[in-house]
Amino acid sequence: MEPLIEVRGLRFRYDDGTLALDGVDFQLFPGETVALFGRNGSGKTTFVHHLNGLLAGEGFVSVCGLRVERRNLLAIRRKIGLVFQDSDEQLFMPSVLEDVTFGPLNRGLDTTAAIETARHALRDVGLEALAGRAPYHLSAGEKKRVALAGILAMEPEILVLDEPTTFLDPPAQRDLAALLRRLPQAKLVVTHDARFARALARRAVFFEKGRIVADGPVGEIVERFQWVPGTTSGGEAGIQPAE
Amino acid sequence: MHIPDGFLSTPVWISLDAVCVPAIGYAARRARQELEETRVPLLGVMGAFVFAAQMINFPVGAGTSGHLVGGALLAIALGPAAGVVVMTAILSIQAFVFQDGGVLALGANVLNMAFAGVVAGYLPYRLWGRRRLAFFAGGASSVLVSASLALSELLLSGVPMPRPVLAVTLGLFAVNAAIEGAITAAVLEGIHGLDAGFVRHPEGTAPRTLAGVAMVSVVLAAVGVLVASTHPDAIEKLVERLGGPARRLFAGPLADYQARFFASPWLQKAAAGLAGLALICCVCLLIGRLIARQRSA
Amino acid sequence: MHHVVIESWSRGASLLHARDARVKVIVLLAFLIALATTPRLTPAACACYAALAIAGILLGRLPLGPLLLRAAIVLPFSATFAAFSLIVGDAPRAAGLLVKSYLSAAAVLVLVGTTPLAKLLRGLESLGAPRLLTLVVQFLYRYLFVISEQAQHMRLAALCRGSGPRPLHFRAAAGAIAVLFARSYQRAEGIHQAMLARGFAGHTQLLSSTRIGLRDLLFLVAGLSLVLALRASLGVLWNP
Repeated sequence: MEPLIEVRGLRFRYDDGTLALDGVDFQLFPGETVALFGRNGSGKTTFVHHLNGLLAGEGFVSVCGLRVERRNLLAIRRKIGLVFQDSDEQLFMPSVLEDVTFGPLNRGLDTTAAIETARHALRDVGLEALAGRAPYHLSAGEKKRVALAGILAMEPEILVLDEPTTFLDPPAQRDLAALLRRLPQAKLVVTHDARFARALARRAVFFEKGRIVADGPVGEIVERFQWVPGTTSGGEAGIQPAE
Repeated sequence: MHIPDGFLSTPVWISLDAVCVPAIGYAARRARQELEETRVPLLGVMGAFVFAAQMINFPVGAGTSGHLVGGALLAIALGPAAGVVVMTAILSIQAFVFQDGGVLALGANVLNMAFAGVVAGYLPYRLWGRRRLAFFAGGASSVLVSASLALSELLLSGVPMPRPVLAVTLGLFAVNAAIEGAITAAVLEGIHGLDAGFVRHPEGTAPRTLAGVAMVSVVLAAVGVLVASTHPDAIEKLVERLGGPARRLFAGPLADYQARFFASPWLQKAAAGLAGLALICCVCLLIGRLIARQRSA
Repeated sequence: MHHVVIESWSRGASLLHARDARVKVIVLLAFLIALATTPRLTPAACACYAALAIAGILLGRLPLGPLLLRAAIVLPFSATFAAFSLIVGDAPRAAGLLVKSYLSAAAVLVLVGTTPLAKLLRGLESLGAPRLLTLVVQFLYRYLFVISEQAQHMRLAALCRGSGPRPLHFRAAAGAIAVLFARSYQRAEGIHQAMLARGFAGHTQLLSSTRIGLRDLLFLVAGLSLVLALRASLGVLWNP
């Protein structure tokens, strides 16, 4: 099976000299969902921004068979959709419908086709009723789903979600997990939430200081790196419950 | 000072709207040249930022508080053309959505605050660079020029202002100008402290004398118009002296009507005032063009 | 917040909501020009202009009381100058200032209360407004609420830490604005990246604007005729 994403020896240094990525190797196969764990600043978001060409470093990065370089960027950005952590930065148009049509219009669809595609995507996330609303009065969960619709409207093969549960309350987190499980695309989920990751992914990678130091089943990675903050029963590591 | 509808007399608001339309088109084209289209969100967000910042209270003593207007801040942070566009966007939203300033009067308010205010706010920085004094002078002259122009337009339209009130108003202008200068300087220093890249040295190699002359002429023109509009007699004498040759130029079958037309006092006042305002606009546009040419040289 | 209320009005449904933005703008301008150029506002003339404005409010199914209340925003400024006019003995001008500024504000509210901002901007574009300007207004409006909220949070946080001596307060406010600037700048960077990630190639594509229908034309003709008839009946064209 050909990997959808192939990364070899990716290195990236910021303008101020910080080495953000120090030789990353990674592969994503069709139908897979992979969780990306790691401390803040370990390079997860930086890595993910190399996959759609927002950043360019040294090394080999290929998405759906296309090398990530300037002449392929438009095509690549149709294949891989990135849902940003801050929904307010992602939903920048005056209404939900206009925002979701942004991607299709950029692809060259005419108004009617773009609106049709947008409505379809909004139906997929269950928010067709909100088409005429302004984005900034939606709840965090609704914003996240609209952002997802905006990406789905581009009909990508890969979905990348950067810390999608930030600001979401537990019910919204559950709804999002259920929605994502229904979507057939391969997925990369950057997250701190081990439970959310386990609901979606079988495989996880762990970032540390700009490199991937572990790659394996989700449960194993969580266990090995003690990636559990909350209170637990059953003796797992974590913060002890208050007395 | 946002002028509502119903205050300005017909010749004043019509001519200001007429000048404003091509001026905005020009500013938009220049801003487009200077920034790629991907910067549109930045301009919008900066506009929202200034809008939000205008609502923050700055205590200035004696229980009063001042507010930022932001013309100079925008000009220095984004460049004059972008500053004009963003300020115009702010004023448009204020007029339509918040009823702060009229719709017919939008031309006047835009010329006062988005053009004259922004250019006047930019010139000291262009002249003296990243100095606290330049920031202060930018903020202060921005408010002085835009407020003087607004007041002149009101006076030209015949809006009554008793002498003592006029004196107090001018005093308030000076106070507001100082406040704007202080806030602008403090904020720009804060911004520079956060990231030196935000406030760069002004670009271009235009000679300082040019910017200096521009600065002085803009302020003088605004003050001149203000003075002129408060002394209508002097204007009438001036226009009478100039009106003679003008009348001969327009001789024709309607000469009689035209003679009465030109003799009417309000027209003389309006014409003189408008000539002054047109002078300011031309000066600003000329300056803009010269600075731009120097930049690209 | 004020603009939130107006926005909810603009998403309503009525005869006016259904009209093309361009014809509404043209009729509004005609009304404003007629009002502004009317030399002497007799009580009868006031009543006629007010009637037109109220007709607009009713046709737009807008809440009469709240709208008339919001138009009163202009009154403090106008009342001051009306007072000056009375002092110098020019009572007609005093009335004119008050009535003209108030009715103009009410008329503008009818426009924005029946037209969502994005539609209004597209309409203004067709009438000649530069695309760069309308896009900036669009983005500004989109982030106005978000950034204002941020500013309010910062203000509250500062208040929670008590008010200190005056110069410190000033510098604290300036510092807060500087931080707000930096965060806004970063936000703009994020928006830029989000646009690129969805295939933005340098030119903002927008949904194509609506076409003018027969009803729009009828409204345009009716509106302009009413306004022109009223204005003509009030006499001389010049405003001395």
